[in-house]
Amino acid sequence: MQFMLLFSRQGKLRLQKWYVPLSDKEKKKITRELVQTVLARKPKMCSFLEWRDLKIVYKRYASLYFCCAIEDQDNELITLEIIHRYVELLDKYFGSVCELDIIFNFEKAYFILDEFLLGGEVQETSKKNVLKAIEQADLLQEKTENMYHSRSFIGCKKSILEY
Amino acid sequence: MLVPSLKVQDLIEEIRGAKTQAQEREVIQKECAHIRASFRDGDPLHRHRQLAKLLYVHMLGYPAHFGQMECLKLIASPRFTDKRVGYLGAMLLLDERQDAHLLITNSIKNDLSQGTQAVQGLALCTLSTMGSAEMCRDLATEVEKLLLQPSPYVRKKAVLTAVHMIRKVPELSTIFLPPCAQLLHERHHGILLGTITLIMELCERSPAALKHFRKVVPQLVQILRTLLTTGYSTEHSISGVSDPFLQVQILRLLRILGRNHEESSETMNDLLAQVATNTDTSRNAGNAVLFETVLTILDIRSAAGLRVLAVNILGRFLLNSDKNIRYVALTSLLRLVQSDHSAVQRHRPTVVECLQEPDTSLSRRALELSLALVNSSNVRAMTQELQGFLQSCPTDLRADCASGILLAAERYAPTKRWHIDTILRVLTTAGAHVRDDAVANLTQLIGGAQELHAYSVRRLYCALAEDISQQPLVQVAAWCIGEYGDLLLEGSCEEIEPLQVEEEEVLALLERVLQSHMSLPATRGYALTALMKLSTRLRGDNNRIRQVVSIYGSCLDVELQQRAVEYDTLFRKYDHMRAAILEKMPLVERGGPQVDEEAKESKEEARLLEAAPVPTEPQASKLLDLLDLLDGPSEDAQHPRPLDPSPGGALVHLLDLPCAPPPAAPIPNLKVFEREGLQLSLSFVRPPETPALLLITVTATNTSGGDVTHFICQAAVPKVCKGFGGGLGTPEEATE
Repeated sequence: MQFMLLFSRQGKLRLQKWYVPLSDKEKKKITRELVQTVLARKPKMCSFLEWRDLKIVYKRYASLYFCCAIEDQDNELITLEIIHRYVELLDKYFGSVCELDIIFNFEKAYFILDEFLLGGEVQETSKKNVLKAIEQADLLQEKTENMYHSRSFIGCKKSILEY
Repeated sequence: MLVPSLKVQDLIEEIRGAKTQAQEREVIQKECAHIRASFRDGDPLHRHRQLAKLLYVHMLGYPAHFGQMECLKLIASPRFTDKRVGYLGAMLLLDERQDAHLLITNSIKNDLSQGTQAVQGLALCTLSTMGSAEMCRDLATEVEKLLLQPSPYVRKKAVLTAVHMIRKVPELSTIFLPPCAQLLHERHHGILLGTITLIMELCERSPAALKHFRKVVPQLVQILRTLLTTGYSTEHSISGVSDPFLQVQILRLLRILGRNHEESSETMNDLLAQVATNTDTSRNAGNAVLFETVLTILDIRSAAGLRVLAVNILGRFLLNSDKNIRYVALTSLLRLVQSDHSAVQRHRPTVVECLQEPDTSLSRRALELSLALVNSSNVRAMTQELQGFLQSCPTDLRADCASGILLAAERYAPTKRWHIDTILRVLTTAGAHVRDDAVANLTQLIGGAQELHAYSVRRLYCALAEDISQQPLVQVAAWCIGEYGDLLLEGSCEEIEPLQVEEEEVLALLERVLQSHMSLPATRGYALTALMKLSTRLRGDNNRIRQVVSIYGSCLDVELQQRAVEYDTLFRKYDHMRAAILEKMPLVERGGPQVDEEAKESKEEARLLEAAPVPTEPQASKLLDLLDLLDGPSEDAQHPRPLDPSPGGALVHLLDLPCAPPPAAPIPNLKVFEREGLQLSLSFVRPPETPALLLITVTATNTSGGDVTHFICQAAVPKVCKGFGGGLGTPEEATE
């Protein structure tokens, strides 16, 4: 995988993970163009498109678009599974995850992603192991620092998985 | 008094509360100033919070480079919270383009060798995300040590970090190759997955490694087989498929190892058949594995039966209700169409159905595949389908579809008539989207099929009468009517319904084309020339044509004006030559742009001669006489070249010029004399019919203000040219 972007329906970036070295300017350009391209897609269209020399795999969960850029020899269908697994992990961690969770806890979103993918490749295929690792890291953090609160929106919260 | 700094989430809330972009910028600028100050002399305990805020602001697109050094400080701190945010910052703000990035190498080294598991994890993650080649070289041995660490948490990360290092510094393969054998015995899925990725990377970079790892094919087969037979496991299964991520990766490695290698391919044959038949395909996970299996089967030296199975699976994918699956099927079949043509042909009906997909990514693929599947036996049926598609397809696919049909027609046309019909239909349906050379191709085709002249001209006449807006069609029709107008008016043609056309109707139609605002200048040129040609083809008098021609003599378009003036001159002064000049064209050879240039150049000279900027009238005729003398047999002057030069015209004008290919390289024009405004230049042309003959045209141009008098032009020829006649040696005297 070359990069993964999360953005809202208004085109606001919520997470960007780059696995290839690019300048800030290039990243911004790519983000802008790709966001535009994906947002222009109609709802019933397939999840794959060709963009520049990359294959783009994207999926919308509620108000968030998850977008991955893979290389020619990568399997599009399994990339869809990767995206889905990541959403499941977020969902388990935040408890019915919604976009606001990811906005207000973006660092956590990154930490979770970093336990699932490494260098653009899948590092752990067990959901349980990923969540356990995050839990332990969080505990470590709490031990040393008591100022991090995870703001979860309790109440009638609908997970983005349920859309 | 120290103002307590905002918590991260409070800042986020404040930013989101901003009503306008300007307000947001204000909030952020204020906060960044705070953060900067805090970096300078704030409480180190809160540094991680400041950096986190900065990272959020960075994601919104604001500059954050002043946080780079803070990342370093935080990484170097012993506190876990600091390291966590520091490393995150490093991954977001630092990359190999910044000089600062090397500074974290030391911290990473320390963390790798002395840190807790969690800290080692952070370091490895950062290294594999933004590690530059230099960093990788420095830290390779540290990572190698971690490959043998007892904790699987660290080991799985170390393996993938090794993958990244090899991508950056291929020479490091020597360090990371040896541990692979042992790592393959791991039971931990994460480590196994990483190891397979590592082996893939090694094999792709070195043929020696590839050879080395072929030994493990049986072991890989075993691992995959175990996965398949293991029952459901909550930890690793997705929709009834055991660890599809691992399965897909193993299949990919098998593909690399089995490619072009009989023995390995044979070892994996049974397993691949097993996966292909037993995988649960009700959900995407199963289909992902099946897809990878198909790709592997088709890439290795698999048994013929297995290949057919694989193509059939793709065929089944085409019928799947899931769009994504149909998409990958179309893409894969497209890749196969060259190597397994007959197998893919079997699915042609399904592919053709996919043309109706509303999703353009799918219909585009279907179009490409359909075009690739056209062959001599199905060309009629396929063209029918594609024509239907052309009528309703989205605009961005039209050009490709049109040119695809034309190409297929050219390659596999069963008869000339079918070919002409097909091109005609494409021009009528999607005229605006065809390539420029379609016009040239069609006229070439028609010109060459003598038996179809009558048929073509009638069909084109009818098409033109219905619609004069499609430019390529109009151009071809105009040309055709001009050339074969006589066939249009006389008698019947068996292949088409009897058509009674009056001369006046034909002329009226061409005039309509000339006058229509939809006609491009090039089209008008065609129409005018066609009218001119009809003056020799039609039986009635030419008054109407002469009228039109003389009207256009004052047309604003320079090209048209020029033609009209020349045609007018042809009527008025050279009427005796008109019939010969406007004779039916010989078969146009489809030459390249070079040919076009040749013809254009010779036209250039002929034109200079006719619409001459020469000093005086008598001079013109004298020059003309000179030309006559130079020309051996007189019919060379009556060369059946229609007089429509197009010096700067598009290649489309190729049609108006008889482009016989130049037999020899052209001799460039020579300016032989220039003094006080009088220029003399020689141009050389070899008429194609008589290549032994060289026409030398002398052009005298007077660019001075006054008239030239007492002009004497003498040509001395060597004895070898004596046969040309005695008049050459005599000086001609100019008169006023």
